Amino acid sequence: MAKTATIYGVNGPVIYLKGDTGFQMAEMVYAGKERLVGEVISLKKDMTTVQVFEETTGLMPGETVKATGDAISVTLGPGILHNIFDGIERPLGEIAKMSGKYISRGMSVDALDRHKKWSTHVVVKAGEEVHGGTIIAEVPETSSIVHKSMIPPDLSGVIVQTVPDGDYTIEEPIVVVRTGDGREVPVCLAQKWPIRIPRPVEKRYPASKPLLTGQRILDTLFPIAKGGTAAVPGGFGTGKTMTQHQIAKWSNADIIVYIGCGERGNEMTQVLEEFGELTDPRTGNLLMDRTALIANTSNMPVAAREASIYTGVTLAEYYRDMGYDVAIMADSTSRWAEALRELSGRLEEMPAEEGFPAYLASRLSAFYERAGDMQNLNGTEGSVSIIGAVSPQGGDFSEPVTQNTKRFVRCFWGLDKSLAYARHFPAIHWLTSYSEYLSDLAFWYKEEVSPKFVDDRNQILAILNKESSLMEIVKLIGSDVLPDDQKLVLEIARVVRLGFLQQNAFHPEDTCVPMRKQFLMMEIILYFYQKCRELVAMGMPMSVLKSEDIFEKIISIKYDVPNNQPELFDAYKKRVDDFYQNVLKKNA
Amino acid sequence: MPIEYLGLSEINGPLVVLEDVKNASYDEIVEFRMDHGERKLGRIVEIYEDRAVIQVFEGTENMSLQNTHTKLTGRPMEVDLSPDILGRTFNGIGEVIDGLGPIMPEARLNINGLPLNPVTREYPRNYICTGISAIDGLTTLIRGQKLPIFSGNGLPHDQLAAQIVQQASLGGSGDEKFAIVFAAMGVKYDVAEFFRRTFEESGVSDHVVMYLNLANDPVVERLITPKVALTAAEYLAFEQGMHILVILTDITSFAEAMREVSSSKGEIPSRKGYPGYLYSELATLYERAGIVRGGEGSVTQIPILTMPNDDITHPIPDLTGYITEGQIVLDRTMHGQAIYPPINVLPSLSRLMKDGIGKGYTREDHQDVANQLFSCYAKVGDARALASVIGEDELSPLDKKYLEFGNAFEHDFVGQGPNENRTILETLDKGWELLRMIPREELDRIDTKILERYYPAESKE
Repeated sequence: MAKTATIYGVNGPVIYLKGDTGFQMAEMVYAGKERLVGEVISLKKDMTTVQVFEETTGLMPGETVKATGDAISVTLGPGILHNIFDGIERPLGEIAKMSGKYISRGMSVDALDRHKKWSTHVVVKAGEEVHGGTIIAEVPETSSIVHKSMIPPDLSGVIVQTVPDGDYTIEEPIVVVRTGDGREVPVCLAQKWPIRIPRPVEKRYPASKPLLTGQRILDTLFPIAKGGTAAVPGGFGTGKTMTQHQIAKWSNADIIVYIGCGERGNEMTQVLEEFGELTDPRTGNLLMDRTALIANTSNMPVAAREASIYTGVTLAEYYRDMGYDVAIMADSTSRWAEALRELSGRLEEMPAEEGFPAYLASRLSAFYERAGDMQNLNGTEGSVSIIGAVSPQGGDFSEPVTQNTKRFVRCFWGLDKSLAYARHFPAIHWLTSYSEYLSDLAFWYKEEVSPKFVDDRNQILAILNKESSLMEIVKLIGSDVLPDDQKLVLEIARVVRLGFLQQNAFHPEDTCVPMRKQFLMMEIILYFYQKCRELVAMGMPMSVLKSEDIFEKIISIKYDVPNNQPELFDAYKKRVDDFYQNVLKKNA
Repeated sequence: MPIEYLGLSEINGPLVVLEDVKNASYDEIVEFRMDHGERKLGRIVEIYEDRAVIQVFEGTENMSLQNTHTKLTGRPMEVDLSPDILGRTFNGIGEVIDGLGPIMPEARLNINGLPLNPVTREYPRNYICTGISAIDGLTTLIRGQKLPIFSGNGLPHDQLAAQIVQQASLGGSGDEKFAIVFAAMGVKYDVAEFFRRTFEESGVSDHVVMYLNLANDPVVERLITPKVALTAAEYLAFEQGMHILVILTDITSFAEAMREVSSSKGEIPSRKGYPGYLYSELATLYERAGIVRGGEGSVTQIPILTMPNDDITHPIPDLTGYITEGQIVLDRTMHGQAIYPPINVLPSLSRLMKDGIGKGYTREDHQDVANQLFSCYAKVGDARALASVIGEDELSPLDKKYLEFGNAFEHDFVGQGPNENRTILETLDKGWELLRMIPREELDRIDTKILERYYPAESKE
């Protein structure tokens, strides 16, 4: 018999219940006649506090609140991919069917379609011993992903019964497991898991493989590892969302979980439309087929916004358990932090920095630590990478959310306003950004790309750093008075900035660039730099070098050399040699 | 028969407390009647068992603990709507104030609205030609977008908004229905009058619905005004199939009102004393712009906000920028140089622009021209900074060209008459005229093919 209690007070998304209700912390409840979904967030002897995931307009003291007995959890099973959910895993498509263009309240919809029959291939036999995580059945969920249903983590025993291959719904038992204490537990395709508890794993591997994104400034200069964490902070209009979209589209993760947390409705619509048309370059299938969207737009209830991040990471962990590499785009974690602040304010908790609750840092760390390259309970290897956008107030990185996030992520891609104003995209600033994964990934780069890769990358960064210190002087006295070797640094840095760092997301070739081409581009720029240096050392003035069109030619390599024809770089090398000879001949 | 309660137990600023109430629900509207016959409306903002905290829209003047009769209405705030609201003027809570008699409601809608489901939204792609080069060329307005004007006190944001309204060929092809919903929150009488006159002079009065809460009207009413206006906009757009342009001015007053009410409720303040839910509240306004899949109408929003002390990092513009799809930023220095409209293009942005321009919408070179103009103008800033240190004469020839470009850009491209209506092609051609001042090899944002086609072509003329 479910426990019930009576509403005593209502304040925005927070409601108070009278007396010792016997509810549990984090338990899911239904409030009022409309059965609004809520979660218990604090318990006292004389009062229980509940946050409600929907608008509380119309709730009255005296209405009943029913406890469900379960912690707030998500349903995990086939049907998650190619779908869009709200912050507590209610499918928006189904809601639209029931309530039209607006999202009304108290909608009772199933997270996953309970009637759809999935063609299931059972991979275990009676008599086999199974434990948490053992794969029992395979279902082709979308054209790109085979869904592997597993024994729930807290269950182990011996299979006593299986069904033959065929079509089953997510609620039909696939196998029956007899546990050590003699109980017989049916297991079906779907299972539930509380969103605030990380799914267990066997152990954690150190980062060793990069999450390739096809974006030069990320892959080459500031790479993120599979299972890594990155923060993308930037003021409004600097391209956080664009960066996340690009990674979601082109990264070599198997599955993308895109969390639109307190962001714009039109942006989610755009992802939905665009990903429904674009194809994954690696498999040729629709991008949506490997994507799950969680949309809790800024005008949707604030408590569900707080939950959406956890819902997203739980879905990601579930697919990781199957052995997939999952990448989470959380756009934006600042909205989540603000939701925390808003709820904390309603609870009249003592605020810490800038009104944020004191537990902001511990919540952030708990979230980012759910990422990682893991050995799962069933022995497979899978990873969850988290890329969180941060929207600092006024673009000022010293605010609490950015600062606390910086403590828990190992990759920092700082977006810069002045670059965005000059429409230099991606506006990731090479001086403020960093990645701690470079040393972890050095071996991979050496083996898979080239032994020279890391060295080249450091040289490119050195040129950019040198440029920035020279620019201090130029700002004071102009560039004309610089000696030629320093002028050359400025020119080469310009080539790096325009030809390498700037990347056009709307250009079919340039939007995603393979590692091989990224490396060859670096090589040719550095080779060119070396030749120019030789010329300058021989006393050739910069003006002579500049009169050749080779600078512009190298800048437009990104457009002119197709991604699949790296052999064309030989011609560029020859061009640089010709340029060298030319200059020598003309000025001999 | 609803119960009438006599007396109140507390009055504090715009809030009153009523005790021993039965069956009161959160967010419900209540009616007050004073002994001398005056009536007021209020909304329950907090409720603990039998104690309700009520926000009084018209202010608590004349109310006393004894003389007030309170009646619960049992429903949230609703507004009467019908297609006949076009051409009419209402006060901040949706009551007729133009003396032309009541409207016959065809619908009564909850002003809080409901969030549009992202699944049923249609991604906005049709651009609105405003005839203003800086907007059309560089921060294109798209139908269904929310594009605020970030301004400061004394800057001509009203004039700019009025010009957009006059010139925006919102209807596209002539047979589409369009209308304007104008919501004033705490603006000066003169400002409201300016808009009314402008609408009249341009002959669109019949298509305008005005909701006015002026500077001397009750503060709490301001919290309701934009919601009433947006409910009307949604009704006209999604029920009547019209294209609606909503002008909300001034968002800063709205946020100030929220802070005032929040502090009298004794809530914990976050940034600069604004309540922690400022972002959510602003979002529930701004997110009510959009297009519904399969529907005919659209809601486009142009909120105007005056940045306190011209500070773009102030919480109000800052949070707005994170919600809206871009912003148009007005600049005091440019205004000082008598450039109209004084749009500072560098921080201005339209996020939806990229999908609504180019081949098939405006012209193939639009995106490239815009990018190049932005990039060149960003360099103008560097050249100017350098010139202020070493003097203009010492600049390299290229930097001098940039200075020249910068001046021409500000005066001829951004600057235009308050009645000048430029077509998109004129705007783009003007852009090319300016770009030709810069040596061709400096133009690094333009596709080579487009450069070949447009850069030399007209320089021969």
